[in-house]
Amino acid sequence: MSVGEFFAMGGYALYVWGAYGVTALLLAIEVILVIRRKRTLWRRVGRITRMAVKVKNEAQT
Amino acid sequence: MSSSGIHWFKYSSPASFYPVAGRLIPWFTALAVVFGVAGLYVSFFVAPTDFRQGEAYRIMFIHVPAAWMSMFIYVVMAVYATAGFVWNTRLSSMMARSLAPTGALFTFIALWTGSFWGKPMWGTWWVWDARLTSELILLFLYIGYMSLYAAIEEPRRAARASGLFALVGVINVPIIYFSVQWWNTLHQGASISFKNAPTMAASMLTAIVVMTLCFWMYSIAVVLTRVRAEILEQERHTTWVEALVREQR
Repeated sequence: MSVGEFFAMGGYALYVWGAYGVTALLLAIEVILVIRRKRTLWRRVGRITRMAVKVKNEAQT
Repeated sequence: MSSSGIHWFKYSSPASFYPVAGRLIPWFTALAVVFGVAGLYVSFFVAPTDFRQGEAYRIMFIHVPAAWMSMFIYVVMAVYATAGFVWNTRLSSMMARSLAPTGALFTFIALWTGSFWGKPMWGTWWVWDARLTSELILLFLYIGYMSLYAAIEEPRRAARASGLFALVGVINVPIIYFSVQWWNTLHQGASISFKNAPTMAASMLTAIVVMTLCFWMYSIAVVLTRVRAEILEQERHTTWVEALVREQR
C-alpha cells in the first residue's frame, strides 16, 4: 500500500479523514482549554494570596 | 467504623483530592497516548478492509468508542451528582460538573462521526431515527445540565438543581442503548454483544477496545485537570489553597 493509496482510503478519504480529523481537533482543543483554565486559576489564586499577605503585613506595621 | 472507611472519606475532601489528582494526571495522560498510538495502528494497518463497506467502516473505531463514552460518562456524572445532593459532598458535585463538558464532547463526536459514516453508507448525513435522535437528546441533556449549573449563582443550590436534572436524564441512556432493538431503525444493532459470538474480525474488535481505553484514559486525565481548576475556583479563599500557593513558590 502506497502513501497515496493510504490517504485515498479507497475513495472514502473525505468521510474517514473528516471523522478522524474533527475528532482529533476537538480533543486537542479541549486539552488546551482545560490546561489554560487551570493555569489562569492558579495565577489568580497566587495573586489573591499575595494580596492577603500584603494586607496582613501592612496591618502589623 | 473501620479505619478503611475513614481513609476513603479523607479523599472525598477537595483539599486532599487536589494533590492526589495532580499526581494521577501524568499517568492517565501517558496511558491515553500509548493506547491512542496502538489503537490507531490497529485501526489503520492491522484491521482488514471490510468486504461490504470498504475503508469507510474504519470510522467505526472512533464512532463506537465515542458513543460508549458519551453514555458511560453520563451515568458516572449522574452518580456523582446524586451523591452530591444526597450527602452534600462538595467534591462529588465538582466531579459531576467536570465530567459534563467531556461527555458532551464525546456525544458530539459520536454524532459527527456517525454522520460522516452515514453519508457514504446510507446516503444521508442525518435521519430522525430512534438511535440518532436519542443520542441528540443526550447532547441536549449535557448542555441543559451545564446551563442549569451555570445559571444558578449559589454553588450548593446549583449543584442540587442540576444534580436532580442529571438524575432524571439517566432514563435516556437505556433508551439510546436499546433503541436499535425497540424500534425499527436504520442504525445497525449493537457492535459487540456479550451473548453472541463476535460478528467481526478479531483485529477490528481489538481496535475498538483499545480506542475505547484511549478515550477512557483521555477522559480521566482531562476531567481530573478540570476538577482541579474547579477546586481552585471554589476554594480560592481557603487557608489550604493559600498554604499550597506559598509552598509552590
